Amino acid sequence: MSDNPMPRSYRVETRTRTSMVAGLVAIALVAGLLVLPAFASRSLIQDLFFILTMLTLAQFWNLLAGYGGLVSVGQQAFVGMGAYALFAAVILWGLDPVPAILLGGLAALVLAVPFGFFAFRLQGAYFAIGTWVLAEVVRLVVAQWRAVGGGTGTSLPREATEAIMFTDQIAQLLDVRASAARDILAYWLALVLAIIAIGGIYWLLRSKRGLALAAMRDNPQAARSVGVDAQRIKWVVFLGAALGTGLTGALIYMQKARISPDAAFSLNDWTAYVIFIVVIGGIGTIEGPIIGVLIFFALQTLLAQYGAWYLIVLGLIGIGVMLLAPRGIWGSFSDRTGIQLFPIRRRLVGGLLSSKPTSREE
Amino acid sequence: MSLLSTHGLTAHYGQFQALFGVDITLEPGECVAIIGANGAGKTTLLRALSGILKSDAGAIRFNNEAVGDRPADEILRRGIAMVPEGRKLFPSLSVEENLLIGAHARKVPGPWSLEAIYALFPILRERRNSPGTALSGGQQQMVAIGRALMSNPAVMLCDEISLGLAPVVIRDIYNALPHIRSGGAALIIVEQDIGQALKVADRVYCMMEGRVTLSGAAGDLSREAIHNAYFGAAA
Amino acid sequence: MNWLDTIVQGILLGGLYALFATGLSLVFGIMRLVNLAHGDLIVLGAYLILLIVSLLGISPFLAALIALPLMFGLGFVLQKVVLNRVLGEDILPPLLVTFGISVVVQNALLQGASADTRRLPTGDIGVASVNLGAVTVGVLPVLTFASAVLVIIILNQVFYRTALGRAFRATSDDPVTASLMGIKPKTVFAQATGIAMMIVTIAALYLGMRANFDPAVGPARLVYAFEAVIIGGLGSLWGTLAGGIIIGLAQTLGAAINPEWQILSGHVAFLLVLLFKPRGLFPRAVD
Repeated sequence: MSDNPMPRSYRVETRTRTSMVAGLVAIALVAGLLVLPAFASRSLIQDLFFILTMLTLAQFWNLLAGYGGLVSVGQQAFVGMGAYALFAAVILWGLDPVPAILLGGLAALVLAVPFGFFAFRLQGAYFAIGTWVLAEVVRLVVAQWRAVGGGTGTSLPREATEAIMFTDQIAQLLDVRASAARDILAYWLALVLAIIAIGGIYWLLRSKRGLALAAMRDNPQAARSVGVDAQRIKWVVFLGAALGTGLTGALIYMQKARISPDAAFSLNDWTAYVIFIVVIGGIGTIEGPIIGVLIFFALQTLLAQYGAWYLIVLGLIGIGVMLLAPRGIWGSFSDRTGIQLFPIRRRLVGGLLSSKPTSREE
Repeated sequence: MSLLSTHGLTAHYGQFQALFGVDITLEPGECVAIIGANGAGKTTLLRALSGILKSDAGAIRFNNEAVGDRPADEILRRGIAMVPEGRKLFPSLSVEENLLIGAHARKVPGPWSLEAIYALFPILRERRNSPGTALSGGQQQMVAIGRALMSNPAVMLCDEISLGLAPVVIRDIYNALPHIRSGGAALIIVEQDIGQALKVADRVYCMMEGRVTLSGAAGDLSREAIHNAYFGAAA
Repeated sequence: MNWLDTIVQGILLGGLYALFATGLSLVFGIMRLVNLAHGDLIVLGAYLILLIVSLLGISPFLAALIALPLMFGLGFVLQKVVLNRVLGEDILPPLLVTFGISVVVQNALLQGASADTRRLPTGDIGVASVNLGAVTVGVLPVLTFASAVLVIIILNQVFYRTALGRAFRATSDDPVTASLMGIKPKTVFAQATGIAMMIVTIAALYLGMRANFDPAVGPARLVYAFEAVIIGGLGSLWGTLAGGIIIGLAQTLGAAINPEWQILSGHVAFLLVLLFKPRGLFPRAVD
């Protein structure tokens, strides 16, 4: 009877043209990074290892604070826990370091349960300091553990570092010395970890849970009224971040091969720098930490020789960004141009709205 | 020269425009009522007049000075006091302290003092040490009015003082207004209760969707004109 | 081991921690701001007092007197220029900015004063002791505790008996309505931070006389201050004193059992309170 055609069903889309281009570029980039060890110098590989691991830490802190609204100043507890679990597994039980990384992640996950239990009794800024105190407690307790060096720390035994899984194959494949092979292995693991982390976080944010997370962050009461369980999501995010941070910590210290409580639980190295990376790059975006870590690395290369001045400059830049451009460099750029490389915003497309997507380029 | 006047006053909440070129005047000693439905812009108008919302300097003139861009604390010190919507008493302060804070920033000689307020609203003297929020709605409204009076303002802005109160209480509150006027203050009252507004006001402005749709002396306006201005001619 | 002596030492140590905590509690109570640089500002105060002592050759007490208005000014300006800009609904900006300030202050002190540990000269008071019958206590710890109590008494008087205190309480309740009363909330906040810095100066005086300090000890002071505030309950200054005493007691009792457990014992006490009374022992009814 009516001359309207049967309306097509609605669908929800997040893809945009820019993001598809970015996706292709990313694939090319990753391929390039994978084969890099064949031509690159050892110091470049080590630098990239540092960049990739800091990027992973930053992505998880960003997930916690930028998306989850949980500002933790105690993630160093999970870096240290992951690292110490790896050292304990290698030294005490003779496990190969590579699978010990997974154990490190698991240990951090287990720690996160009582940690979160105490921390969630506090809100807002007090939650932040609470996580700091809890991290201190973990550090003080671990420092009593004589078997892994107590307060002064210890190193991975020579037999363990020389026999790490895959290093022989890598040394032969790329015709490099054993120590270089270890660095390359660590680099590849860091690359894989970073890709899984970013991919996983992006997938989470695009999923229903991600929508719930955004709702919870914006307005917890309204979110609850539509059935979003804030407690459950907070735990999911917190445990996920702890797991990721623990894996990264274990990997970092496998590469360093030497550990001490002050280093592994350092507020500066694993929280202060991470926070600056996220804030300067752009909190609450996936692209932000990528930009942030590159800037941070550049600053460190330029200024680290100046000791305390380096940190003063970093601190002032962080303060300046929060005062003048609180969305960070990427955030401000994205706000201005509307470009998102990892688009999360959902658009309703199809059905009676039109015969093709009408929303303009986001 | 009006005591207080607005000239093409506009106001925005972010992207949303709430006032579209409002012109009103208030003469010394007058009582002017602003009526209109919810969302008409009445409270927004008072917020602009009291300085909470910033406007263009020349959009608001008081005592022949452009004050549209002045902050709220300066507006109070110049002599315009507000009885805010919802009373907004300070929970950490007692009744007496809530009154005293009204005179914190502006101490000018005038008819209103703690004693005078207690004489106007005797129940407050009995409850002077209770926390402000432990009082009934009507009593809280008396405190809010007294608090504004403590600064001996030239102009008092009253935002929905009858809201949520029983008719008996509303009558008591409105019975106080003539005393307040005889003290010298000019009043602008925002009301949803048209009957009360017309009883006390000399002149009335009716607003709808951010614009003044009708104005005139309270006695001159016909029921029908008010109805049309309040709801819109098509209603 | 003399238990009574340990307990008294713990209580008196609590006075020092209460001094650390009172400024933090004040600022949070009025503007819901937690200053992550609080501990580093205490250390800054200690260095300032040290500077005045070396320049003028006077006792630390007199130097602290001179430092008081200087630190008030610092706090006032810091709040007016930087912190007022980040107050608002979002908790992230104030946290991140004060974190940045903490890093800058620590490293500026490191750059300017080197990492060497310092101490304020204590003269005779440092070794004097007073006999209270069952125990003998040092004069300095008693003085510290007495100062903490005096500061809290004065603050409470100001808050509840003066017009200034009224303005503080009103602004803390509702800054917008407070501005309708002719109060400038931003100025009130700046005054509050200025006063907090004065308390920080007193805390710095006793910190510097009691123990060695260097640029890196700030964060630990912040942690003790924070623990004392949480244990006491937000919004109660006497509660903060109680919280400080509990931390002090826990630390000295822990240290008496095993010196390595001193700091950990304080944290454990904090966690226990957090477990059973998350709002603290004396929380404010309205919040």
